[in-house]
Amino acid sequence: MTENHSSDLPLGGETETALMAMADHIAEVVDGMAVSCAVIRGEIELRVNPADIPQVLTLLRGDRQAAFNQLIDLTAVDYPERESRFDVVYMLLSMDNNMRMRLVAAVAAGQAVPTVTHLYMAANWAEREVWDMFGIFFAGHPDLRRLLTDYGFEGHPLRKDFPLTGHVEVRYDDNQRRVVNEPVHLVQEFRDFDFLSPWEGMQTQIANTPARDDAEQKG
Amino acid sequence: MAEMQIKPITMNFGPQHPAAHGVLRLVLEMDGEVIERADPHIGLLHRGTEKLIEHKTYLQALPYFDRLDYVSPMNQEHAWALAVEKALGIEVPRRAQYIRVLYCEIGRILNHLLNLTTFAIDVGAMTPLLWGFEEREHLMGFYERACGARLHAAYFRPGGVHQDLPDDLLRDIKNWAQKFPDFINDLETLLTENRIFKQRTVDIGVISYDDALSLGITGPCLRGSGVAWDLRKTQPYDAYDEMDFDIPIGKTGDCYARYLVRVEEMRQSLRIIEQAIDGMPAGPVMAQNNKIIPPSRGEMKQSMEALIHHFKLYTEGFHVPEGESYTAVEAPKGEFGVFLVSDGTNKPYRCKIRAPGFYFMAAVDHLSRGHMLADSVAIIGSLDIVFGEIDR
Repeated sequence: MTENHSSDLPLGGETETALMAMADHIAEVVDGMAVSCAVIRGEIELRVNPADIPQVLTLLRGDRQAAFNQLIDLTAVDYPERESRFDVVYMLLSMDNNMRMRLVAAVAAGQAVPTVTHLYMAANWAEREVWDMFGIFFAGHPDLRRLLTDYGFEGHPLRKDFPLTGHVEVRYDDNQRRVVNEPVHLVQEFRDFDFLSPWEGMQTQIANTPARDDAEQKG
Repeated sequence: MAEMQIKPITMNFGPQHPAAHGVLRLVLEMDGEVIERADPHIGLLHRGTEKLIEHKTYLQALPYFDRLDYVSPMNQEHAWALAVEKALGIEVPRRAQYIRVLYCEIGRILNHLLNLTTFAIDVGAMTPLLWGFEEREHLMGFYERACGARLHAAYFRPGGVHQDLPDDLLRDIKNWAQKFPDFINDLETLLTENRIFKQRTVDIGVISYDDALSLGITGPCLRGSGVAWDLRKTQPYDAYDEMDFDIPIGKTGDCYARYLVRVEEMRQSLRIIEQAIDGMPAGPVMAQNNKIIPPSRGEMKQSMEALIHHFKLYTEGFHVPEGESYTAVEAPKGEFGVFLVSDGTNKPYRCKIRAPGFYFMAAVDHLSRGHMLADSVAIIGSLDIVFGEIDR
């Protein structure tokens, strides 16, 4: 069931060793700024401190061998229970090497991340989106406005503590002849079914853990 | 005489404008007829797809991908299916891979037909739209015959495709594919050497190589700037490495080059469609794994175990091992990626959708500066913008 086949690797034709070599090279290039650098499930992941991000990206982009000259995506992940609540994730692509990597930095709530708009123009809107959705501030951004949410919206929707239904709803008011904001009124209580099995029966079999061998021995 | 300071005119374009390709509000600062700054206001179609996906099981999240770029729905589903398969480590049967490739290429033609013809109508040519939509109707008919829906297919599932193709569908697709080159030739007679079309598109909205990389531009727009980069070739997924096709590139990086690249891509897609039909292997269309793939109706009538699996898979769903991964496919518009964070439960912890159009829209300011107002319409048309995926 769980086999190591080609689609496990992000890149066709790239072997695990090439990725390991690149990971080692990256760790060398960023020289002491790496918190960790590893190949996880066929993808390179480099963890750094948020303050080092612009410098690390400059090095990764400028280095001849690494040449990660495209910022494919920038996003964040919210872990409310952690001390540094957010992970800011930069997805990078090197067309010369046909390789991808991920740059991750843990950021606390209220902590500013230096902008990288001067390195990649693509970061402009991507940072605006992260600001809008997570409320992570990017220091030095030329135009850090909200991007996707409504004019005058409050809150950061992709944070885990933001409810799925939101806080306000809009409707057109016939009497006032304009669109009005009102607190969300649900006719039926919001249902978020939790189907998680308390027995966790299937998890072990998907992960193909030794639990299966035990069953065979018994049988 | 005292010098007069002339204030630039601020002009509002959209959000309801036929040339805005959906709900784009563009605030333009104009110096006479010349654009000094373009400020796109997006998000009018924002539905919170990423937030919704966090509250759904892996299978329930799939139909949201149809609703992103609703012009080529199956290509988006493909990215999700591949991302989940990568996290689970399951293998897809060969027949399912071929069906997926076949339908991805049909989706590519669907997308390019819509883009090229609406682009033409933006710069003043009416007829291509009417012709192109007739062809799109045939293609959506093929979608419907495979999965029952013309647009929101929900056909590619983690582990394969939902059901096998009906008997004579492949024959009909092949018949259509043999006739379609004539349509492309007809379309080209209307546009390629058309004087008005060229006046509106040549040397408009030029993207240089360095800018294209910095702006995060992918897909036909990147290839129009002369970069031979196509994920189907460079990082092949499913059966693409068995297909023989070429990557067309443009040389000038302007709107006209992007048009030419798309026309040629339709021809290459036809080549892939024919190869996929001819080489279509027999066999199952879903992986054989009871813990992830729902059982068939027939099995459920016979087997208690199948019934239990069915119940568990449609309530709890399957669990995905903990981890992070990024999976990308070459959607018709460019690189469409899914960054999936799973925490070992039945729901994704976080799913970031990397939509190619988002970065095109971000580039509009850079591209339209110094152009005339009418050119901004040509630039937006040539970038291939669909708001479903930009706003998510």
